[in-house]
Amino acid sequence: MAFWKRKKEDAYISLGLNRPPTAEEEAIAQQPDAQQERNLYAEPEGQEGFFDRFKQAVAATRESLSEKIESVVGGKRRIDASVLDQLEEALIGADIGVQTSLEIIEKARQQVNRNQLDDLYELKRLIKDELREILLATGRNRRQGTVASEAEVPLDIKPYILLIVGVNGVGKTTTIGKLAHRIKSEGNEVMICAADTFRAAANDQLAIWAERSGVPLIQQKPGTDPSAVLYDSIGAARARNADVLIVDTAGRLHTKTNLMQELEKMRRVAGRDIEGAPHEVLLIIDAVTGQNGLEQARHFTRAVPVTGLVLTKLDGTAKGGIVIAIAKELGIPIRYVGIGEKINDLVEFSPEAYIESLFD
Amino acid sequence: MFEALSDKLRKVLKDLRGQGRLTEAHIEAAMREIRIALLEADVNYQVVKSFVDRVKEKALGQEVIGTLAPAQQVVKTVYDEMVEMLGGTSTQLLFTRRTPNVVMMVGLQGSGKTTTTGKLAKLLAESQHRRPLLLSVDVYRPAARQQLSIIANAIGQRTFEAPDINDPLELCRQAVRECQLTGYDTLLIDTAGRLHIDQELMDELQQIKRETSPMEILFIADAMTGQDAVRSAQQFHEQVGVTGIILTKMEGDTRGGAALSIKEVTGQPIKFIGVGERYDAIEAFYPDRIAQRILGMGDVLSLIEKVQSEVDEDKARELQEKLARDKFSLEDFRDQLRQMKRLGSLDKLMDMLPSGLFGGMKMTSEQTAEIEQKLKLTEAIIDSMTPAERRDHEILNASRRKRIARGSGTSVQEVNQMVNEYTEMRRMMRMMTSGGLGGMLGGLGGGLPGFGGGRRRKATKRRKKKKKH
Ligand SMILES: Nc1nc2c(ncn2[C@@H]2O[C@H](COP(=O)(O)OP(=O)(O)OP(=O)(O)O)[C@@H](O)[C@H]2O)c(=O)[nH]1
Ligand SMILES: Nc1nc2c(ncn2[C@@H]2O[C@H](COP(=O)(O)OP(=O)(O)O)[C@@H](O)[C@H]2O)c(=O)[nH]1
Ligand SMILES: [Mg+2]
Ligand SMILES: [Mg+2]
Repeated sequence: MAFWKRKKEDAYISLGLNRPPTAEEEAIAQQPDAQQERNLYAEPEGQEGFFDRFKQAVAATRESLSEKIESVVGGKRRIDASVLDQLEEALIGADIGVQTSLEIIEKARQQVNRNQLDDLYELKRLIKDELREILLATGRNRRQGTVASEAEVPLDIKPYILLIVGVNGVGKTTTIGKLAHRIKSEGNEVMICAADTFRAAANDQLAIWAERSGVPLIQQKPGTDPSAVLYDSIGAARARNADVLIVDTAGRLHTKTNLMQELEKMRRVAGRDIEGAPHEVLLIIDAVTGQNGLEQARHFTRAVPVTGLVLTKLDGTAKGGIVIAIAKELGIPIRYVGIGEKINDLVEFSPEAYIESLFD
Repeated sequence: MFEALSDKLRKVLKDLRGQGRLTEAHIEAAMREIRIALLEADVNYQVVKSFVDRVKEKALGQEVIGTLAPAQQVVKTVYDEMVEMLGGTSTQLLFTRRTPNVVMMVGLQGSGKTTTTGKLAKLLAESQHRRPLLLSVDVYRPAARQQLSIIANAIGQRTFEAPDINDPLELCRQAVRECQLTGYDTLLIDTAGRLHIDQELMDELQQIKRETSPMEILFIADAMTGQDAVRSAQQFHEQVGVTGIILTKMEGDTRGGAALSIKEVTGQPIKFIGVGERYDAIEAFYPDRIAQRILGMGDVLSLIEKVQSEVDEDKARELQEKLARDKFSLEDFRDQLRQMKRLGSLDKLMDMLPSGLFGGMKMTSEQTAEIEQKLKLTEAIIDSMTPAERRDHEILNASRRKRIARGSGTSVQEVNQMVNEYTEMRRMMRMMTSGGLGGMLGGLGGGLPGFGGGRRRKATKRRKKKKKH
């Protein structure tokens, strides 16, 4: 049977473990929580602040594309074959993929040959534009009824169900902890469903995140059918009148058919209970992932309607370019970026900031 | 989808037929394809560069061996170089008589350290008679220590537990002492995942190393890693001195080019691969298998090797000449059928070929069974002919055909069909780009009696399906 992991109520509102609250958290704590209307995601942080954080995290340690170009070109401003070759390497080195990289470089090459492009600055702009276009197109061409940003989340669905999926070890559980915190901070009633009943200590890990974010967790014995846990969690979320239910799933390789069917079943169970559920399915991609990421996205989208990507571990040296290939082929927008292991280390994805971070 | 490298090379090197040596221009073209294939397999671009340079040097001026098509020869050169590069000294874990021998697991977050610690402990205990003690010094990730405890419990091994201590170094000290007191001969230390640029945590690893003097420091890497593999591996190696590598999540469909990148920058042997979430899902590392996988070539090379050892070179050359002069008799045809049979069942043969070889066609076992049945029939028919008939099919008139049908237990229609297919095949084989193995494989694909239209229809269906998504 399902059971509420009932702890004393104040255990849920502790923010983080063993550390004083940050200024930001203080501010959140000060906010009146008398929000009448459910406001899942309030005004995004000031663009300035976001850009800064994003760039700080992703640009600190890298040799950027720009430096690369600069070093090839040296003093000259003219573009020659070696510049293009190096650029191609830089794109490939960011895991954007051979095909996409070659296409972008080929476009540039044609323009150079037609003498429409002879300036390094122009060349950079062309490549940025190409990349930006791929990322922006996902917003325009997405499946009907799916959400491409927090601002679009409909406010009349309750509980709003987020299903988190991905291969093993990419950062699903951690992202859920961060998301729970983020959504709750906006004044929503959030709950977490522990549907990873497979991995050792998966529940315990998630329970600690639930505690950190001050959010109740629904869990069952290890080995339980994840769909059963999900079903119970939806009931519990209803009973508690929760706004949002976030569902953790076990990591699974996309090549395992039975495990992908298990995900399909979870989708069916959610959809039978609540119309349109799961309302968002976020596929987590680790920034170190190579070309296999595209294969992952292809398979996961076949099993469940993936609405967005979360790119994790962007605080390392990997650039996560495979999300560009995924966006290009499957039109899935990137929603969030993970930039560390702490509860606040999740930011909304911005195509501008991401592309700039590759270049500056 | 990924087109097998051998296919691409075949296209690039088509016009090489008849020339004795691989020329610079051919090599250039081939290297372009190899570069792309390696990049698509996630080999780091810098590693690709040096690799391709080495292969180029070896391939240039090579003589084209009789039985191998030029494309296959280049593939073989690439393959040999890669196997050599991936291979290394001892893939066994090294142990001394000291107590305890310490094995340290290091790597990025989520790469599989904790699970692999469990797998190794199980392996060492069950097949190497060692007594392992497991220790988690991951005091950072939520429930990381619990995870290792649960795993140890599941495999019937023990963890060192000291829930009140949160200092990794102190944990190491106490666990080492515990080993010495109670006779555990191996201490497996599972460390927290960390970024190679997190200096504080990299320092922590150095301290653990100083404290425990490990025999082995294993770098655990996710097989799906892309271009960044070189940076993390290099940093871990420079800072703590890795002695071996374990690639996890290899049971998926990743090409695993990271193996090459990591090997190149650390120079350390890849000792094991992880092939599943269960604690027995760990295997020894075989350079040849991974090389084939990176190159996307199924087992085509073992097939090449097999053909090379089975097929007498002189005979192959003779056959080639006969084909060229249109003297390929039914006698020769039967020889070839028999030779094929020696290579194994058709099923197995097909399995050994990369999926792209015949444009992505794959036969069901019923289809191969049908074909094998037909081949048997063909052999029976030829057996029932006189030597003169085998040498020259033109003399096969109606009465001879009737006699052959009776002798082989077939119908005249079947004999007619077989003879028609043989002449058709002869025509096609003459047009084949190259003799030798290329011809044989080509023959398998397009011309042998029994490889009828059914399969081709199936292939078009598949192609259509592919377009949809
Ligand atoms: N540096 C960094 N580490 C992260 C980030 N997100 C997650 N991690 C770490 O990655 C590791 C795996 O994260 P988990 O959240 O357990 O991943 P998971 O996908 O739930 O893993 P499984 O459930 O085992 O498949 C943990 O050590 C996390 O702390 C990130 O944005 N940056
Ligand atoms: N499919 C698969 N999953 C693996 C393998 N090795 C580890 N994992 C999974 O990868 C995830 C992270 O593994 P874990 O051992 O916790 O990694 P750590 O963070 O490096 O300690 C878990 O979900 C494991 O079950 C493997 O060989 N194959
Ligand atoms: Mg998890
Ligand atoms: Mg671990």
